[in-house]
Amino acid sequence: MSDFNLYQTTPRQRQRAVVDRLARWGVELGGLSVILAIVLIFAFLLSVVLPIFVPASVDRVAEFSQSSLAQSQTKYLGISENGEIGFRFSQQEPLQFFYSHDGSLIKSFELPFDGRLKRVVPVDKEGHVFALLDETNHLILVEVSYLVSFESGERELIPRVGFPYGEESIEIGALGDPQFLNVERDEEGLAFVYLNIANELQLEYYPAEEGDEIGEVDSDYNLEVSFPVDYLLVNDTAELVLALSKQGELLVLDIKDKDDPEVLVNQSLLVEPVTVQNAEFLVGGSSLILATSDHVLTQWTLQRKEQGDYRMVSPRSFDLPGDSSALITEARRKGLLVFSAKQELTILHTTGQKELITTGPLFDRADNIALSSRSDAFLAEVNPGEYRLFDIDNEHPEVTWHGLWQKVWYEGYHSEEYVWQSSSADDDFEPKFSLVPLTFGTMKAAFYAMLVAMPIAIMGAIYTAYFMTPMMRNWVKPGIEIMEALPTVILGFLAGLWLAPTLENHLVAVFSLIIVIPLSFLITALAWQFMPPSIRNLVPTGWEAAMLMPVTVVAVLLSFEVGPLLESVLFSGNIQLWLQENMGISYDQRNSLVVGIAMGLAVIPTIFSITEDAVYSVPHHLTEGSLALGATPWQTLTKVVILTASPGIFSAVMIGLGRAIGETMIVLMATGNTPVMDFSVFQGMRTLSANIAVELPESEVDSSHYRILFLAALVLFAATFVFNTAAETVRQRLRARYSNL
Amino acid sequence: MKNLSKWWKSGSPWIWLNAGAVAISMVTVIALLSLILVRGLGHFWAADIVEVVYQGEGGSQKIIGELIRKEQVDLKSLGAEASEINNGERWLLKTGNREISADFRWIEQANVVSVSKPKELVVLERSEWGAFYGYLISVSEKGKLVAKGENAWSEFSQRVERVASLRKKVRQLERVEMGAINYQLEKLRLKRKKLEIDKADTPTALEKIQLEERRLGEEFDVYMADLRALNQEIERDSAVFQVMNGQEVSISFAHVIEGLRPNSMGYAQKITNYISTFVGFLKDDPREANTEGGVFPAIFGTVVMVLIMSIIVTPFGVVAAVYLREYASQGIVTKVVRIAVNNLAGVPSIVYGVFGLGFFVYFLGGTLDSLFYPEYAPAPYLGTSGLMWASLTLALLTLPVVIVSTEEGLTRIPRNLREGSLALGATKAETLWKVVLPMASPSIMTGLILAVARAAGEVAPLMLVGVVKLAPELPLDGNFPYLHIERKFMHLGFHIYDVGFQSPNVEAAQPLVYATAFLLVLIIVILNLSAILLRNRLREKYRGVTG
Repeated sequence: MSDFNLYQTTPRQRQRAVVDRLARWGVELGGLSVILAIVLIFAFLLSVVLPIFVPASVDRVAEFSQSSLAQSQTKYLGISENGEIGFRFSQQEPLQFFYSHDGSLIKSFELPFDGRLKRVVPVDKEGHVFALLDETNHLILVEVSYLVSFESGERELIPRVGFPYGEESIEIGALGDPQFLNVERDEEGLAFVYLNIANELQLEYYPAEEGDEIGEVDSDYNLEVSFPVDYLLVNDTAELVLALSKQGELLVLDIKDKDDPEVLVNQSLLVEPVTVQNAEFLVGGSSLILATSDHVLTQWTLQRKEQGDYRMVSPRSFDLPGDSSALITEARRKGLLVFSAKQELTILHTTGQKELITTGPLFDRADNIALSSRSDAFLAEVNPGEYRLFDIDNEHPEVTWHGLWQKVWYEGYHSEEYVWQSSSADDDFEPKFSLVPLTFGTMKAAFYAMLVAMPIAIMGAIYTAYFMTPMMRNWVKPGIEIMEALPTVILGFLAGLWLAPTLENHLVAVFSLIIVIPLSFLITALAWQFMPPSIRNLVPTGWEAAMLMPVTVVAVLLSFEVGPLLESVLFSGNIQLWLQENMGISYDQRNSLVVGIAMGLAVIPTIFSITEDAVYSVPHHLTEGSLALGATPWQTLTKVVILTASPGIFSAVMIGLGRAIGETMIVLMATGNTPVMDFSVFQGMRTLSANIAVELPESEVDSSHYRILFLAALVLFAATFVFNTAAETVRQRLRARYSNL
Repeated sequence: MKNLSKWWKSGSPWIWLNAGAVAISMVTVIALLSLILVRGLGHFWAADIVEVVYQGEGGSQKIIGELIRKEQVDLKSLGAEASEINNGERWLLKTGNREISADFRWIEQANVVSVSKPKELVVLERSEWGAFYGYLISVSEKGKLVAKGENAWSEFSQRVERVASLRKKVRQLERVEMGAINYQLEKLRLKRKKLEIDKADTPTALEKIQLEERRLGEEFDVYMADLRALNQEIERDSAVFQVMNGQEVSISFAHVIEGLRPNSMGYAQKITNYISTFVGFLKDDPREANTEGGVFPAIFGTVVMVLIMSIIVTPFGVVAAVYLREYASQGIVTKVVRIAVNNLAGVPSIVYGVFGLGFFVYFLGGTLDSLFYPEYAPAPYLGTSGLMWASLTLALLTLPVVIVSTEEGLTRIPRNLREGSLALGATKAETLWKVVLPMASPSIMTGLILAVARAAGEVAPLMLVGVVKLAPELPLDGNFPYLHIERKFMHLGFHIYDVGFQSPNVEAAQPLVYATAFLLVLIIVILNLSAILLRNRLREKYRGVTG
């Protein structure tokens, strides 16, 4: 600070000047790092959340033509999980594995066939097991897998071929058009569904687990279909068979019981002249996807009607840019790829209810297209031996604005709903990421907490600041501070383990408190008013609160004593039962009332301290002026003090609200944490914060679920940021105004 | 009547109502604290055991247990199936003996024939299956009867003590000696992997490691033999008890932690027992999925975490406050910093947890792992939640507390003191270091105490960044480098949540939860009261200086 240059400087002085300057820089850096911290938190949360809103993209990464892949017609083109390795089954050549970026051959395997390959049927959705049918109607199952090796120093995939059901082939009898052959498996065996020579739908079931030889056929069933079958589909759990005509006539067959299949639906889905262009099962096997000639893509799902019979209903449809030439469903998500006749690619996601991207024409024509099971790459054979490889960048298709904040019709539901259900046991599960029930729960919890806290805190603070004697104030303020310091885990645990059962047993008593306590205060006040002055003079004014403390205790005890009596008189002995029978309100033990009281207690000290501060700092000459003009203390309070302090009270409420919104442990412990949308006091809720605490530790890093939980945190952050900034601005203004007054 | 309306108009009733709001708040605080106090401290009292002769279905039977509570029930409301039972009082008895029958039982008072408190009734605290109630019949050593009848009890007590001292030795052996060897073996494994990654795995280096491993292995075997011998000693004796249904049960001393005959104990004995149980609660490890035993690791974890947090948060908080008060010119920048501080204080704690998990654990920890600790792969070393990240997260969370308190202290230091120092030729840094900060140190302390209290009670963020229900090792032990910042730890607040809400037998765990809650509240109330006192004294002190 001092200007040393005026005088001759010694080394020691120079050193002191350097230290001084360093200290200045250090302190400034430290001070500004607080801003940095808040910006860092916000930026980091945002950086995790942003990828879910990045639109999908499709890029061509390689094209090649390879003569070794041109010989003999490709019957099936496949690609490994991550898109690194392609493979193809051809009519006469061995099974060839090649690198998908340049087509160079890795390995080829001779298949145990005499004749030519007629058809390849994929058996599992991941693209590992295939059923190969030769010209003599013999069928064999082949499994393609990869061994990860580090032998050459780098990670390398080595393709392998195995025969999970033995190398013996079995003969399919009376097979009609081979293109209708379907092979699916469940835990116990293999189901073959095809059209036989008589054009009947035929089901053969072979009980065989992986590793067993395929034995004798166990059940054999056929069914005449009244319309010409153009599409025959079996879902990936081998439970449903769909037969569909171009005109949209549909037959749904339940084959859960392989000995006794049952026709569930016989329905026409389309109106003439619309025809089906492509049909496919969505992963999970409960939705049918139809691309039709009116350039619409429709999802159909099975719904059970009240009478017990089934119908196909359509939760949603999408507009397509034109006729569709190919429809591919993703192996692990509810997404799908549609190629138009002009080979434009449209990527859709059903739950997200969104068209993610539509590209321009990618190629002129494609004979075969293979999508990796991670859905991040696809390989297209555009001419014999000529290939194109594309990357798809589409990490979070299920997360859309619509899916997060609007009603969605999920599979298996009867209508559009807001649902949060994130646990995903397997890929078939449709994750339900609606933030609405959680936001609703947060607001509901905050509402009840404020309902409890606001009157007590504000009234108490006004009294403490304006009427209370300083001596008692010295006791009350630390008491409130202790209340603020009580860990919320303690409040939550008491709420869950003590308050909730107590409330359940004494509900009537607790509700009667709302009337009994204020009434008892008024009666005490009245009695005090008419006490002889000799007694009244014993206690000076400003000690009313201390006198009312035993009154509160007595009122509570009285209510609990009278409660059971009231309950048996008014509610026939059990209010929960009475509510259920007469009002249709069900009672949860850990409900909003418990949360409201417990979280109210957590919020009271916050609101109390700030309000008390605001009221106490109202300049004294204002109140004294009012009193001097003849106003009663109460009039001065309502007309002068509260009006002046009202911005401070507002900011107290804002900060209290911010605290209630973000509170975690109390709601976690005092509610059942079910994400219901019900405003009832007797029901629980799940809040954003509790949801994060419960689910984030188990969530896979960088998955959609993980990012949505970060989004929830960001929402909380933003909400409290708004409340706190508003409160702080108001407070700073108020401080300036007080100093002007 | 006129008086009444005048009274109403004067606004006096409203003043009383406002006063009532304060009364409600104060009563609630007192009620909450006393509830925790009574239930928490009650846990350690050796309650009497009752023997109830009960007329239930299938004739009369004897029920032995501890009376937990009595309840008035309206049995009519329980539904039709309970219609044959009468309205009235019912008792909850803790009957223990979980391996034989249900450990809690409701009985109706109406069917109780008689209640007695036989002096010979014994309650055992066991290492598994919870409490045990019964009559001691005999004590045997290696299957041979040594005592029976009345002198069995003194024999029993002696042998319980013998087993307790043996158990202490086992613990020492397992935790310290064998733990150290395991730790060194793990270090060697990592060293070898590191050599392989660095392509420095020369035969000589590997041989050295192998030699060391063999040495440790031999040492381990010696300890193992000791351990086996000790365990045999522990299992030597057994005792036979008669339980409430008349059945005789043999219990090995290996499972007995403590045996008491509370009905024959006087008050003095009970108080001694109370103190020793309380001390045991503070210094023992938890047992049976945390529902029994002590909370030592949780106390230890909380303390270590809070200490590291304090070391981090104090300099940052003080520097920020000094910047706001001493260096920055009051303008738009300080306004923004103040808003930032207020927002840091208002951000929900769970958001800090999310940030800590994403930024510290996965981003920072993951990056450090891949740069410096490749030998730990595929298991993460710093890239998983642990002590360091938890402390950092809480340091961020408590930063505003320290800033606000320090700033308040700085505001109270009179200007003339600073100016005096500057006038005497001290630089600003010297004034700060030699005059301002020493005077502000009590307020810095206040801030730190409040920060510690906040950190000790905070649970939500810790659930994401480092606490576990049961940590196998303490974060601070005798193995170099002594403080293990990567380890997960236990925490009192989380312990309450976990035992109270995640344990399979909530009813049995409740007393322990109350005791833990009492401990936590005690710590926090003491911390806060000392902060309040410190602050008040500080205010008094400067009132004079300013004048």
